[in-house]
Amino acid sequence: MALKRFVGHKAAVASCVVLGTFILVVALSPLTARYGVNEAVRKPPNSFLPPQNVAWLGTDDIGRDIYSRLIFGIRVSLLIGFFSAIIAVAIGCVVGAIAGFRGGQFDDIMMRVTDLFLAFPFLVALLVVRNMLGALSFLSPLIGDKGSIRFIIFLLALFGWMTVARIVRGQVLSLKEREFIESARAVGASRKYIIMRHLLPNSIGPIMVSLTFSVVAAIIGEATLSFFGYGPQAGAGTTSLGLLVGQAKGAVQTGFWWMAVFPCVALVIISLCINFIGDALRDATDPRLDMGH
Amino acid sequence: MLRYIVRRIAWAIPTLLLVTFLVYVALRLGTNPVYSFLRANPRATPDKIATYKELNGLGNNYVVGYLNWLKHFVTFDWPRSIKGSREVFPALKDALANSLRLGLAATVVGVIIGLGIGVFAALHPGGRRDVAVNTGAFIGISVPPYISSILLQLLFAVYWSRWFGKTLFPTSGVYPPGHEGFNAILMLKHMALPIIVVAIQIIAVYSRYMRSSLLDVLNSDYMRTARSKGISERRILIRHGMRNALIPVVTVAAIDVGAIVGGLIITENIFDYPGMGRYFLTAFGDGDFPLMMPWMVIIVASILLFNLIADVTYAWLDPRIRLE
Repeated sequence: MALKRFVGHKAAVASCVVLGTFILVVALSPLTARYGVNEAVRKPPNSFLPPQNVAWLGTDDIGRDIYSRLIFGIRVSLLIGFFSAIIAVAIGCVVGAIAGFRGGQFDDIMMRVTDLFLAFPFLVALLVVRNMLGALSFLSPLIGDKGSIRFIIFLLALFGWMTVARIVRGQVLSLKEREFIESARAVGASRKYIIMRHLLPNSIGPIMVSLTFSVVAAIIGEATLSFFGYGPQAGAGTTSLGLLVGQAKGAVQTGFWWMAVFPCVALVIISLCINFIGDALRDATDPRLDMGH
Repeated sequence: MLRYIVRRIAWAIPTLLLVTFLVYVALRLGTNPVYSFLRANPRATPDKIATYKELNGLGNNYVVGYLNWLKHFVTFDWPRSIKGSREVFPALKDALANSLRLGLAATVVGVIIGLGIGVFAALHPGGRRDVAVNTGAFIGISVPPYISSILLQLLFAVYWSRWFGKTLFPTSGVYPPGHEGFNAILMLKHMALPIIVVAIQIIAVYSRYMRSSLLDVLNSDYMRTARSKGISERRILIRHGMRNALIPVVTVAAIDVGAIVGGLIITENIFDYPGMGRYFLTAFGDGDFPLMMPWMVIIVASILLFNLIADVTYAWLDPRIRLE
């Protein structure tokens, strides 16, 4: 039923295809990329070449192929997006389910804290917390150095779980008054059992939806950080969508449009596709829509 | 009503203190103010360092240090910036004025267009117009502000002048370099692109809010009643539909101020607009604690203020809230 409705959403199906192609191209990067991350396309002069045969999407300031860099960049961005979203959703489910199920002071405090964080300008909170986490040396074995990809994943997950927790909490609040939860409680099921076996499985729709939106939020978050130079550092020979877009910042005024347009378009396509999929998932799994028909 | 407002204000003050304390701790841990002071002023005498620490409340104890900072802050004895030892208040005041001008203009433009588009879409749900508006709003949400800024800059900084031989919208600053005095047209031209970027975000969000809110209202019973009384469609839409549909939108609008400030920060930075966003990012890059703390206080206070406005508006519109 849900699958049928999802397939009926044309934009979402198209998005799946586009995103699938992206993932395939990126996963097969040894085959699809034409040059290495930091490899120049040919001997100088090779900088700022417009799109041509030797470099399909042009080259950047030091002669690297933008097409190949884009593939490596998307790979890093997708990794960051998926992993931080998974961590965020895991934390958000647990916190949201407990807050919704137990209510009381824990719930109040949790919601106050998330309110505050969500009201704060995202970039500012991200920058301040980034520096703070980086300065706490006892955390570094777990989350790595400030410039590492692992650090960015944890940082974005730290911000991402709050929206998930609110969604799960709302779902749990409405579910826990239903008869089947009451009957589970009547036969003596423990809290943990009810949450794990009844509440969370019944919230799978909203959880999936928030997973997709978390992926987008993390990808855009990483890109924003990188854009301002606070993202993963390029030292290890990697790049990311945000770094590529950030590089374009300088190239804009001089008219090297390919440096700006292609990374921007790639980022927009990815976030648009995932947003469409999330939207279709919401339509497909929201039981309230059934009653309307 | 008055008692409700007083109670809310009484709550806002401890919240402000608590949040600024947390910000103080986070900034001290994250930007290491003493170290960045020494980096900016390598030849500072021990005397100067001691004064700097004293004025900013950078002693060993965080609680005492915070109270010390607070004392200097409320008595308006603000420490000078670490770089160039400038006065903080004039810089902050200018930045705030510039940002308010940009933010207000973008909000007005964005909200008016956004609400209009929302109504336009809600009148024929499921129709071609509705689908077009939905898709457009969706794209608007999916495009982060720096992407639209970069693309607009590329278009106007490079290609417009190449195609048409003259610059339409400049892409940085408030005035051209060397300009003095006030010139409204020049200023508007400089502000046009940043306004567009911020307004796109607002339009995308508010058209969706307005559409769903108005759809809820249009499907309610009292609309049918109004129609059965024979009131004209236009009057029904404006007096009964719009008015009720705006209630949830207004409350959301006040809470959204954090998101608008966030968009402003990014946009200002790309367009080199001397507002709060550029102020903060520069200060953050330098680890300039004396510049950052007052900025944070203003941001936190404005978020709390708009939350307060949202609550009060809601209580005013819905009397049940007040009695709780």
